[in-house]
Amino acid sequence: MEIVDIVPPILKNNVAVVTVDKLFKWARGNSIWPLSSGLACCAIEMMSTAAARFDLSRFGYEVFRAGPRQSDLLIVAGTLTWKMAPPLVRLYEEMPEPKYVIAMGSCAIGGGPFADSYSVVKGIDEVLPVDVYIPGCPPRPEALIDGMLKLKEKIMHPERVNEKTGTGNNEEKTEAVTA
Amino acid sequence: MNEFNDNVAPKTETFVLNMGPQHPSTHGVLRVELDLDGEKVIRVRPIMGYLHRGIEKLLESRTYAQGSPFTDRLDYVSSMNNNYGYCHAVEELCGIEPPPRANYIRAIVAELNRITSHMVFIGSLANDLGAVTGMIYTFRDREEVLDIFDLVCGARQTYNYIRIGGVAQDIPQGFEEKVRKFLDRVPEFMEEYADLLNGNEIFNVRLKEVSVMTKEEALACNMTGPNLRATGVPFDVRKVDGYGAYPEFDFDVPVGENGDNWDRYQVRYKEILESAKIVRQALDGMPEGDFMAKVPKVLKPPKGEIFSRTEGTRGELGFYIVSDGTTKPYRVHIRRPSFISMQGLNPMCRGGLIGDAIAAFASIDPLMGEVDC
Repeated sequence: MEIVDIVPPILKNNVAVVTVDKLFKWARGNSIWPLSSGLACCAIEMMSTAAARFDLSRFGYEVFRAGPRQSDLLIVAGTLTWKMAPPLVRLYEEMPEPKYVIAMGSCAIGGGPFADSYSVVKGIDEVLPVDVYIPGCPPRPEALIDGMLKLKEKIMHPERVNEKTGTGNNEEKTEAVTA
Repeated sequence: MNEFNDNVAPKTETFVLNMGPQHPSTHGVLRVELDLDGEKVIRVRPIMGYLHRGIEKLLESRTYAQGSPFTDRLDYVSSMNNNYGYCHAVEELCGIEPPPRANYIRAIVAELNRITSHMVFIGSLANDLGAVTGMIYTFRDREEVLDIFDLVCGARQTYNYIRIGGVAQDIPQGFEEKVRKFLDRVPEFMEEYADLLNGNEIFNVRLKEVSVMTKEEALACNMTGPNLRATGVPFDVRKVDGYGAYPEFDFDVPVGENGDNWDRYQVRYKEILESAKIVRQALDGMPEGDFMAKVPKVLKPPKGEIFSRTEGTRGELGFYIVSDGTTKPYRVHIRRPSFISMQGLNPMCRGGLIGDAIAAFASIDPLMGEVDC
């Protein structure tokens, strides 16, 4: 007997039976709380995204938290220098699991225009695991929203990530080709 | 017995509180060490360098034209003013005279950008004092100007529109109407901000007669811009030097009286209205002609050095360029007004309460990109 069958007929339209895992993913994907930590120029665009016109709260992501313990998304918005890297890694480590990182702007992706500087980290993936990269200098607010929605998709359907990038699951692919 | 009692007389220990580098009120990545005696601030030490990107060094390995996008990223809230400062310096070094139309366009975009920058100031000041919605209002109106910049050069924040010898391209169709429409809206939303903030009891108590800076102190710290003008010194490079098209415009330099937080806020508030006045005059008197002077493809300034200053949003923005006769500068030093204003943090906060340090910090309006360079 399936669990669905236990639901009384009168409640069939009001009750959804899901796995706990699915429920958690749905909740996480729709209420990401970013840490309000801006490093440089991109932080202003991040603020614009949260402000009236682009209104990030449409998606449930507007609750910018001031402390790492209450947040589950670190948006690295701006240039990361070697002096700032240890505090940023510490912030990341203070965040509770599950946690995600968005690299916003070309500086966070690979150093951007400052890639040949002596003091700049050439991409935050040297120090942190990154989930979503958003290119631009700075990315427009629409791009940040798109990046957040990409992250939502990644949280809700982790299996899709590998399909899209073409990495992993090679066996299935070769099977499909031979068939 | 008396001797013994004297020895145990209450004495408090100083306490060092570390604020930052990640703190919602530091406008970026600044660390401030506060020496506290109870709730009283004894000394404030700003510790900078968390956003030091080595722009001055990078400029040495770039040609003169390649250098101007880096100035966008110095003071990223008013990029146009930074472009202006850099291009002005290189033009003085090479002896290039931008055409009058370019000067007018420059004045328009620079003043519009000053308006947006001061809007960000008002928004973040309100935000730091606990009125989170203040930011929403100013960012809403800021978008109108960003739309205009988007039309002009295709970017919202890092424009690189002002180039050596003029501007990148002529103003597009529909520019004037859009700017005029915005200018008509300026008094409207300024009144809205005033309604929201000026009468607010908390806002008044936390700003008026708090973190006072005297004229002498401000001059000793070499402060410029709105921070100096708030103490009553009417120093504005636009008036003093009269570069570009500014001598042709009629505008006032708003000054404060006491040099407290309130005056710093009011000076910037009034500057928005003055900037709007300049933009309107520039639109009315816009001359016809070229928007770009004749500039060689490969710029080779003569050997020598130059210090050139313009009025940035946060004060006197100076570029010191040493040329060795090649296509790249030998040395570039940038006099960043935010960096110098940070020196005023200690005299402002000393003797005040710890909560007022936040208000003082917000009222200086520093930008970490410019502080650390």
